[in-house]
This record gives sequence, C-alpha cells and structure tokens, in this order.
Amino acid sequence: MKDNVSIRGSVHTDRIHDSAAKHVTGAADYTDDIPQPEGTLHAYLGVSNVAHATLHGIDLTAVRAAPGVIGVLTADDIPGVNDISPTGLNDEPVFPTETIQFHGQPLFAVIAETRDAARRAAELAEADCTPLPHALDPVAAMEADYPHVTAPLKLERGDVGPAFEDATNRIQGCMTIGGQDHMYLEGHIAFAIPGEDDEIVVHCSTQHPSEAQHMVAHVLGVPSNAVVVNVRRMGGGFGGKESQMNLFCAVAAIAAKKWNRAVKIRPDRDQDMTATGKRHDFVVDYDVAFDDAGRIEAVEGSFAARCGFSADLSGPVTDRALFHADNAYFYPNVRLVSRPMKTNTVSNTAFRGFGGPQGVIVAERMIEEIAYATGQDPLDVRKANFYGGAGRDLTPYHQEVEDNILDRLVTELEQSADYRTRRAAIVDHNLGSRILKKGIALTPVKFGISFTATWYNQAGALVHVYNDGSIHLNHGGTEMGQGLNTKVAQVVAEAFQVDFERIKITRTTTEKVPNTSATAASSGSDLNGMAALDAVEQIKARLVAFAAEKWSVAPEAVAFKANHVHIGAETLTFAQFIKAAYMARVQLSAAGFYKTPKIHWDRGAGKGRPFYYYAYGAACSEVTIDTLTGEYRVDRTDILHDVGRSLNPALDKGQVEGAFIQGMGWLTTEELWWDDKGQLRTHAPSTYKIPLASDRPRIFNVNLADWSENRELTIKRSKAVGEPPFMLGISVFEALSMAVASVADYRICPRLDAPATPERVLMAVERLKKA
Amino acid sequence: MDHRSDIRFILNGRDVSVAEVGAQQTLLDFLRLERRLTGTKEGCAEGDCGACTVLVGRLADSGLVYEPVNACIRFLATVDSCHVVTIEHLAGPDGRLHPVQQAMVDHHGSQCGFCTPGIVMSLYALWMQQPDPTEMQVETALQGNLCRCTGYAPIVRAATAASRHDSPAADHITRERAEIAARLAALRDGRRVVSGPAEDRAILPTDVDDLAEVLLEHPEATIVAGATDVGLWVTKFLRPIGPAVFIGHLTGLRRIECHDDGLILGAAASYSDCQDALADIFPHLAPYWDRIAGWQVRNMGTVGGNIANGSPIGDTPPVLIALGAEITLRRGDARRSIALEDFFIDYGKQDRAAGEFVETIRVPRPAAGQRDAAYKISKRRDEDISSVAAGISVTVSDGTITGARIALGGMAATPKRATAAEAALTGQPWSEGAFEAAASALAGEFTPLTDWRASAEYRMLSAQNLLRRFFLEQDDATSRPVSLATA
Repeated sequence: MKDNVSIRGSVHTDRIHDSAAKHVTGAADYTDDIPQPEGTLHAYLGVSNVAHATLHGIDLTAVRAAPGVIGVLTADDIPGVNDISPTGLNDEPVFPTETIQFHGQPLFAVIAETRDAARRAAELAEADCTPLPHALDPVAAMEADYPHVTAPLKLERGDVGPAFEDATNRIQGCMTIGGQDHMYLEGHIAFAIPGEDDEIVVHCSTQHPSEAQHMVAHVLGVPSNAVVVNVRRMGGGFGGKESQMNLFCAVAAIAAKKWNRAVKIRPDRDQDMTATGKRHDFVVDYDVAFDDAGRIEAVEGSFAARCGFSADLSGPVTDRALFHADNAYFYPNVRLVSRPMKTNTVSNTAFRGFGGPQGVIVAERMIEEIAYATGQDPLDVRKANFYGGAGRDLTPYHQEVEDNILDRLVTELEQSADYRTRRAAIVDHNLGSRILKKGIALTPVKFGISFTATWYNQAGALVHVYNDGSIHLNHGGTEMGQGLNTKVAQVVAEAFQVDFERIKITRTTTEKVPNTSATAASSGSDLNGMAALDAVEQIKARLVAFAAEKWSVAPEAVAFKANHVHIGAETLTFAQFIKAAYMARVQLSAAGFYKTPKIHWDRGAGKGRPFYYYAYGAACSEVTIDTLTGEYRVDRTDILHDVGRSLNPALDKGQVEGAFIQGMGWLTTEELWWDDKGQLRTHAPSTYKIPLASDRPRIFNVNLADWSENRELTIKRSKAVGEPPFMLGISVFEALSMAVASVADYRICPRLDAPATPERVLMAVERLKKA
Repeated sequence: MDHRSDIRFILNGRDVSVAEVGAQQTLLDFLRLERRLTGTKEGCAEGDCGACTVLVGRLADSGLVYEPVNACIRFLATVDSCHVVTIEHLAGPDGRLHPVQQAMVDHHGSQCGFCTPGIVMSLYALWMQQPDPTEMQVETALQGNLCRCTGYAPIVRAATAASRHDSPAADHITRERAEIAARLAALRDGRRVVSGPAEDRAILPTDVDDLAEVLLEHPEATIVAGATDVGLWVTKFLRPIGPAVFIGHLTGLRRIECHDDGLILGAAASYSDCQDALADIFPHLAPYWDRIAGWQVRNMGTVGGNIANGSPIGDTPPVLIALGAEITLRRGDARRSIALEDFFIDYGKQDRAAGEFVETIRVPRPAAGQRDAAYKISKRRDEDISSVAAGISVTVSDGTITGARIALGGMAATPKRATAAEAALTGQPWSEGAFEAAASALAGEFTPLTDWRASAEYRMLSAQNLLRRFFLEQDDATSRPVSLATA
C-alpha cells in the first residue's frame, strides 16, 4: 500500500455520499428492488370511505372472489395483539373492529398473486357502518369536546398574571399553521419473508427498525428475538417513517406467516398520503406583553394540534412545539400549554422539526406583532429579545442557554447579506411600485438537540476488522439520504487511520445492533458516531496492548497513522498489522455503545435539561409578491448555519439547503385540504405541491458558521444538522408578510396564516388594503 | 388487413418483441417487473414526480428524436418502433459514469437517491440538446422532477457543470444514433398493430386514414394520444380503457403547418412539438407554454388531447379560444370545422360523435392591433394545474377597443368565453375604466367552485385582476413591471 501522508475520507472533509455512484446509475437498491423469492404474494389495504362511523361488519365476498386473490386479512387474523401504537397507549389498531376513525382508514388487507390484483380487489369491499359526526380540525374538536389523545404539557416560569396586568402593551392573536406531507419520493413498503418456527425477516423502509421489530413481534404474538428487520436505505424519511411503517410491516408479516409465503405491501402514492400521518397542523392562541422598546415582558400561549385519531407521537411532538415556542427569545414570564386534540383524521406523526417549527413560527409571529405595533424593523425586535445578558438565559422549561452564539451569527449574516441597505431599498421600491411589492426578513433559529424521551438518547454499533484488514461497520442508525453512513464511516476511518474505502457500511439490521432508537431528532451522527467510535477504541486498545507486548515498546509508542501502524521504529501497513494481531489471537470485533450525558427531564414539573446543546442558524430572504394575484417569487436567500465542527461540510451544507427548501415549501405551496366529508383531497403530487427547482431562491448563498465548535463533547465537536435548518424557511414566510404589510404602510401586522399560498397572500393584501 | 400483434422496440441496446401487449400495460411495470430494470422508480404513478423518467427515441419527420417521458403513464404499446433508454444504459460499456452522472456525484446531487435516476435522465436529455445549459434551462428541464432532499441547488450546479466532464461526442448513445435510426426504421413495417386480449385491446393504426377506419370499426374505443390523462385513468382509477386506439405515433397527425392565415396543428402534436411554431407567431405563448406541466408531460401530452379531453381546467383551450382557434373533426372521410369554444358543451360533454376524432387545430394569425395575453394562476408556478387560466385578445384601433375575446379556464364547468366582459370592453376607449367595467362584468357571468386548488372568491378576484393586469401590461403609461414574469 502506498504511504499516504493522510487518509482519504477523514472527518471534517467533504467526502461524497457513500452511495452516490449507485444513486446516479440506478444501482442503489431500495426495498421494492430486492429480488423476490418464488411465490411472493402482494398485499393491498382496503380503506374506509367515511370519516367517523360505527363499524358493524365488512362484506368481503366480492374481494375474496376477485381474480388472483389468495385471501383477506382482517382483525380476526391477527395472532397477537391488534395494536401498533408506538407509545404503548393501545389506541391504534392494525384494523379497527368497532369504530372507523378517519376517511381512508385501513380496514382490511387483500393478499393476491400480483399487486395489481390485490389493488383491484381491495376496491370491492362493502363496509356496513353507521356514520357518526366528525371533527376534522383542532378548533372543531375543541368545540365538540373531543378528548386529548395524550396528556397535555404545561411549561411555566415567572408569573404571567401580574405581568399581563401591568403590561405596557399587550397583543392577543391567533395563528393557524398548516401541516405537511412528507412526500418522501419512495413511499412506504414492507416485504416479509417467513422463516422456520416463529421466525420472520422483514425488509422495509423505516427510520426505526427496532420499533418495527417490536411491533411485528407484538402483532404476531412472538418474542422480539423471532423477528429481524432490515433497512439498507430509504428513499427519504423526514419523520414519516419513524412510526408509520408499523402498519405495513405488521400486515406483511401476518400475511407471510399465515400463508407461509413472502408478502410485499406497497401502497400507491394516494394511499400512502391518506393512510399515513403528517406534520401536525396547529391553531395557536397567543398573548404577549411588551414594553415600548419592544422587549417582551410576558407570553402566554395555547397550542392546539390536529393529532388525528390516535396519539402516535403527538405527545412528544406537541411537547416540542412548546419547547420551541421561545425560539431564540427570552420570555421573563411565560405560560405555555399544549392541547393535543383528537380529530377524525389520520394520526399525525413525526416530521423534521417534530413540532419545533410550529413553536418557532409563533415566536416569530409575536415578534412581528411587536414590530408593527412599535414601528420597528422586526430584526431590531428580534435582537432586543435574544437570550443573553444578566438573568436572561433561562428557557420556559428551566434549562439555561449556555452556548448562545446568535449575536455573532446574526450580526455576521446581517452584514454579509447587506440586510439594512436592502431593506431600505425595498421600502423605497414599494413606494414606487403599484403592483409588485417586496419584502425582506432575517430570522434566527435555536433548536434543542436530544430526544425529549431521555431513554432514546442511546446508541450501539458493531465493528469487525477482518484478518485481511478490511472493516465492517454497522450501527443502529438508518440511511435515508442524510449521509449518516458516510459520516459514521468517516469517524471510523479517522479513528483507525485508514482510507474510507477500507470500510464496508452494511444495512441496518436488528440482528447486529439491538434496541436501537429511531434515526430521528437529528441525532443520527451524534449518537451512532459516538457508538462506532467506542467500538473502534475498544479494538484499538486491544491492538495497542498486543503491539506493545509483541514489539516490547511502551503503549504510547504505538501510533495509527495514514494506513499504517507505527510501533517504535517499526512500521507496518494496517493490513499487515491486523494479520499479525489475528495470528496472535487478538479479538478484532467490538460492540460500541453511547448514551448522551447531562440530560434529564421531569415532564410533570415541566423542568429539566431536555437538551444536551442547541444548534443555531439564521436566514435572510427577500421576496416579491404580485398584489393582483398573490403570486410570489423568492429573489434571494442568504443563510449562515451552525453545525459546530462539521464532520462533513459538503453533506451538512446539503442538509441545510434541503431543509430550507422543505421548510419554505411547508409555509408556501404545500397545502393539505380536506373536504367536508373528511376526505383529504391533496393526496398526490398532482394536488400537493412541494417546491420545484424553479422555486429555489433566485440567489441562494448558503454558508456554515465555520468558526463554531460544539461546547459539549459531541462527536468531533460537531452539531446535529437534520432538523434545525428546516426553520430557516420561516424567513421566506416573514418576508412575504412584510411585502403584504407594505400595502398598509407597515402599520398593521398582516397575520398571515400558513401555508402562505398565493391565495392567502392575495386575501391578506385585500384585507390590509381595506383596513 | 394484415395485422401484427407484438410490440417491437429497442430496449437500451437490444431489440425486443413483446407478444400481446394489453392497452393498460405501462412501460414502467414492464421495465421493473418483467425486465427487472429497477433503476427506474415509481414515485407517484401520475407523471408528476419524474422518478420514472426514461428516454424514448422516435423517428419523427425531422429524424431521430430523444425525449424524456414518464414511464409510469406511458403505455407499453406506444413505444412500438421506439428506442427506450433507461438509467442502466447511461454509463459507458466500460462502466465509466456518464458526464451527467459524474457531475451529480461530484456536486453531491443525490441524498436519498430515489429521485436521482429520473433526474439524471432529464438532465441527460437536456445535455443531448444543450450540453452547456443556463440555470433557467436546467430549471425548465427539471420541472417534471421532484426532489425532496437536496433543495435542488446541488443538482442545478451539477447540470451546469456536466459539460466540463465530457462532450456529447463521447456519449455512446449519441455515437450510435445513425445505427439506431436505421434499426428503428426497420421496425416500421407499415402494418396495423392489434395487440393484447380482447377486453384490453391496444390498436396502433398505420396512418391517419387507417385511424379513421379503426374508429369506424370501434367507435367506442378510447383514443389515446399522449396518455398524460388517460394514463391516470389506469394507474389511479383502475378504469379499463380497451379497446384503446393509440395515435401518438402517427407522424401524419403530429404535423405543424405554418400558413399565411394561421397555424395548423395536428391533433397528436405534443406540447413540445408545437412550442416553437406557436411562440413564433404568438410570443405571449412562449412563457405560458413553459408552465404547462413538466418537460416529460409536454413531450407526451398533446394540444389535441388537451382539447378532446374536455377538462374545464386544461391549459390550452382558454388561450386558443381567445385567439379564435377552430378545430376540425373527422369521422371516416367526413370532416367538419367548428369554433373551439363550441366544442365544449358542458362538464364531461363535448361535440364529438362516436367514431369521430379531432384531426387538426387551426389558430389564425393575429389581426392588426391585436394585443394578446395568456395567464395562468396556480398554487405552484410550474408543473401545476391552473386555478384560473385566461386567454385575452383585445384589438385596439385608434384608441378604441374594437374587439375582445376573453376565455377562462377554472371558472366554469367548461373553458368558457367571458362574453359580458367582452361586451363591456368592445367599443370603449382603451382605458383603465373599461377594464374595471369588464372586471365587474365577470362577477355576473361566472360562479366558480371552491376546491383544493382555490376558493371561489380567489378564483373570481384573481380572474378580475388578470383583466386589470392586462390593461396595465399593455398600457403605454405603465413604467414599472406589473407581473413577476416581466420583473
């Protein structure tokens, strides 16, 4: 091997995604691309066509008689427990037996020789049911006295009562925030292959293989050790595959065991979008007191969410909305409550930001209210309310903000984006332009990193070094495009001081690392990188001890460097050294483990340190709106984002760019629309519009704050990146709001609801013109 | 008559013959399920996400043309005598990545990778035509491709950098053009194709006269041109379409003729086929045309289909009605011409008899003093279905409006002329007041619906405002841009 000065693919370098060449050639296999064993059957879901009803029975005669049909699965065929609720609340049946809870709810599954046959047959069922009144949104649910799907949370600090009574200024308002479909390009899919005895293997597209494993065991009534779940890669997840695959895995597994044949289930896009959960819509009532300078004195907020028919992850999602209702701002007195409302809609779930964005945007709405009321530039109001300064660093959940870098980050962006000059020019432009109006906004984000379910903050990894010196890496995280495998392999390459290519990254499987957490909450590289490093350090410790003994040198004289191992005066290639270690019977495999330190959370008291650290960022966006039609364009966006010491700046930048666009989509063109019967009518890309290449900002400058370093001992001092930049999209929303405000000379807060579709923009323009 | 019942084409490098192809069989299912060419993905099965993008090469009057299309809604029978190129065929025989692929790797253009094969195919098709594209050209080429991970920035960077890796001359598919053209020509045997089982028959007539004959034999048949709507009947609604008569391959029905008195578009001419000829005579249609669907759909979908389908939200009828277009319908050898607006009788009802088909669309040249505009309002600018579409053609002579044709889509059960608004304008001086009156008149003659695309209020208000925009855009006194298209 060549004596390289340094290795390829070390940490802090722009290593390409390990599957990039396979992506571009079509050689990367997704679950639907796995060759099928002979006799593979296909399942398809039959769904309800009412939003709420008492279910008396389902006539499946025509379904069973349809061509190609092997059989039908109903609740009666579930050998274990008819429940797939991820939090164990027992409120989410695989198939309901008494009550239909939403339009499009799966009622049964058809198993047929082909997917086409199963799909056609699924249409032929007749459900015998008596319709019940339905409530589709949180307001209707509250009016109808619907229950919470899970216990609400209250965060309180200071004393809001007197603060509001003595308030210099006070504004109360309401904001409606739409949900969002994940629109991962690869939809849900599960492919189950039965084994002997109680065993089963499920290939699927999930962010949470361990949960899929537990759910399959639960519905089959077998122990977890009988079930293997494998995930090579997902075609996008974004939170939509954290718990929502349970249904598909359960159906495929039950059918596979029942007929003892491999069974694949893949809903079409419409069924994927109607039968699986989305980002929660919120209706938020806020009340804010502030002084004449625009400094917040008190905040009260009630966050009602459309949770759907079951809890799913709505508890932690609505919790996180409260955790982020401060965004970057200090609230001297605060009381926040969540209202996780049951509704007759699909059960909403995790989505990048996990409730955080809905909290952050309410903070930004209150900033706007204050800015328009006091006649200030919203950026000045933002800065006046940042955490920092004596006694101004405690969050509503009593965690101290110790690592705030927003003053520097925002100031740098303000200058690099030339914010002040451009804002003045825009105000000037708007005076002279009758139809087209511009807006600009610079918005910050502070995002807490860690699962708020503290026990989730653990990870495992398995590293083998084979006696030819090649390395096999496995960890509990899943690859959904974020480059997790690449980053973790970089950590391993760096630690062993070998080229990246020496490391084989294998599929995630419950057989190799047990009891893993979901790859979610931006935690993938923080947790799994550390676990992999732990495994490598264990192996290295054995290797160093071996070398020190064999070559009779001090352990300090053994150094791994650039594909070589230096032992005193001796130098061996890594492969030679490993061979020697193998011959000397050194164990070359280790299981690594990591748990995040310092965190704790008492939900009942609303106090603790739920987050290990915060990630920060800021974006400045400029838009133009057409006041005749409400159409708009993003003219320019500048971003400065904090990822600590990046493990891979190229991949991290990709996360920032992608998250921004996805956040922008959430707040602009992505609209979920239910008709009055409770049917979701935006259930495919023809009706649900995510951003296109041409929706990118015309000028798009994205930079990482390369001076930042995580104050905590995270993997190589990096920070999590998956979710925080999603909220940078709020800058577009706020810029649209300013453009709207221009038609009333910036006197009135436009109170734009989200998503700000062209229609909402035009209607807000009309409202302000008349005000 | 001498028929054949197999579908013959070139798949990547090899000649393929598939016996008895049913009308409903899609190219995507054939590729994935029968050939295990799994690089081509299904993302939506409705031609909106582009994950299934493949190239189809066909022999047009102008020679061998390669176009990106959506394999999910492309019926297998319609690739007869075509060259289908999938992602697996792009890298060189030595396995070396194609320049577009290499650029995507170098620029971190993939994350989850599921949309990537489709994006690479669209960029490859662009690169064939324009190896050194502008960002705008890249965006237009990618209108039919969704990516949920990257935010597109690295993909656009890759597309604009691909030419630095190599030139089209180095591309094996480009080098083999002459050979492929010869092989495709050999596949055309001049026989009618009748394929598939009786209940799902696919028929490919030999020429336009044969089409007329086939439709007399099967007046109940589904006529399928680009399949960009009929494709969804199959993939989304599981609706049978047999017998289906496919017409996209009829070069005689794809012709575009430029005459002194106007333009004649063959009913099977795709949006892409028509684009340049239309924009030449009607410059206002150039930006509008780019907003019809995405590139793949524009390569498949046809103006004739957009009309014959009778949708109230088709993009082309309003603008063509405003321009005074006529269509010619043919049944057997009998032809009749009618004004386009008269074709639309009611929702789901058109003036077309069984066995009859739209043969041509004639768009007259603009009169002196005619001012034209075409507007589309949609939630997302590109690749979206319109909430409101408007064609406005106003003739002004010596400061007086002497004629007005205004047609709206999305405002009624059919594409419809705004006759009251037209009357409010006609005879009036060219003035803001006249257009205000026209806008008011709209409220009296349309009662649009609320749905997921737009509310009734928004549809009405934005339609009225489009009349106001038209005045401001066309008025000499306007000094600042009044729409994003011109800003």
